[in-house]
Amino acid sequence: MSEEEILFQQRIDAELKVEPKDWMPEKYRQNLIRQISQHAHSEVIGMQPEGNWITRAPTLHRKSILLAKIQDEGGHGLYLYSAAETLGISREELVQALHSGAAKYASIFNYPALTWADMGAIGWLVDGAAIVNQISLQRTSYGPYARSMVRICKEESFHQRQGYHIMMVLMQGSQEQQAMAQDALDRFWWPSLMMFGPHDAESANSTQSMKWKIKRKSNDELRQKFIDQSVKQAEVIGLKIPDPALKWNKAREHYDFGKIDWDEFARVIKGDGPCNRQRLQHHIRTHNEGAWVRDAVAAYEAKHKKQPTRAA
Amino acid sequence: MKLYEVFIRSRRGLDHKHTGSLLADSPEQALEYARDIYTRRSEGVSIWVVSSADIIASQETDCESFYDPHDDKPYRHAAHYQLPDEVNSM
Repeated sequence: MSEEEILFQQRIDAELKVEPKDWMPEKYRQNLIRQISQHAHSEVIGMQPEGNWITRAPTLHRKSILLAKIQDEGGHGLYLYSAAETLGISREELVQALHSGAAKYASIFNYPALTWADMGAIGWLVDGAAIVNQISLQRTSYGPYARSMVRICKEESFHQRQGYHIMMVLMQGSQEQQAMAQDALDRFWWPSLMMFGPHDAESANSTQSMKWKIKRKSNDELRQKFIDQSVKQAEVIGLKIPDPALKWNKAREHYDFGKIDWDEFARVIKGDGPCNRQRLQHHIRTHNEGAWVRDAVAAYEAKHKKQPTRAA
Repeated sequence: MKLYEVFIRSRRGLDHKHTGSLLADSPEQALEYARDIYTRRSEGVSIWVVSSADIIASQETDCESFYDPHDDKPYRHAAHYQLPDEVNSM
């Protein structure tokens, strides 16, 4: 290790944050760009399954809530892209990497939102899982990332509660509505557990990320926390978690759970989930359709550079 | 001389916070003045100076059109959703 690297690691070990203008190992920078941009892309792609239900929300109130939530997700994407840009990469490069498939986003958004209950399951479970992860990331070692996590966590709480509220109201409804809620849980439960990534032993990026304190808790720790909190939440409103192996383990003081289908996870990550192509195509199409806005901004900037008439 | 606004990060990991302003001839000089004027007692680990004229600020009189619509959207707040006590810490 070079002297710079030793000093860098000492600073990390002392729980001091890294700030944009500090020296940092190139791999730390690349690792962060990968993780923050993946996080940003997830926020933005995550708008699609919910956007699918704006026109079909059951009441005006639910529609307003859904719009507000989707607007938040777009905002979170912007916080995160800006944080990634402090590492010396441009928005254009980030979007390009998403479109070429070089950058990933959370695999959960490659599942379709088939019923209104899916809006409940997504808020409750998908945002719930994201919150568990993001709470630990509030302590990540890169200052701009940590600060955007604080902001995002503050706003996310409403997302999870509105989702759970949808499920709760459905469970107080007709048999058909209850079945719809249960079906949404059945479809979203396992993909939600996959959101935390592979088991620790198989996680390619984990060891170095933990050493640099980019990640503060392991995939398995976070997944266990999410399972433990969700069991009670399901019980309270009469939903059944679709895992016959789920059982309280007194010795561990955690729930044991069944085997996750990692083949499915690998398939969806690779691009063969139910909606991968659709999600990416939609993003590329709307990005291209928005080209005139970017052109207009550039033209405006060029014009004002030539004739700086605006009063200071 | 020009007016500069001074922002100080008191500790790594925290946001820069507006601390005050000062007059200086150049950005470099503003940075040095800021160090002398605002950080005599180790108040910070990083200083930003920004020419006051470069700050685009909203006006108090714009408040209504800027922020009023927020008041009729209570559903943006977590407390809007009443959940059973057992899970209310969500």
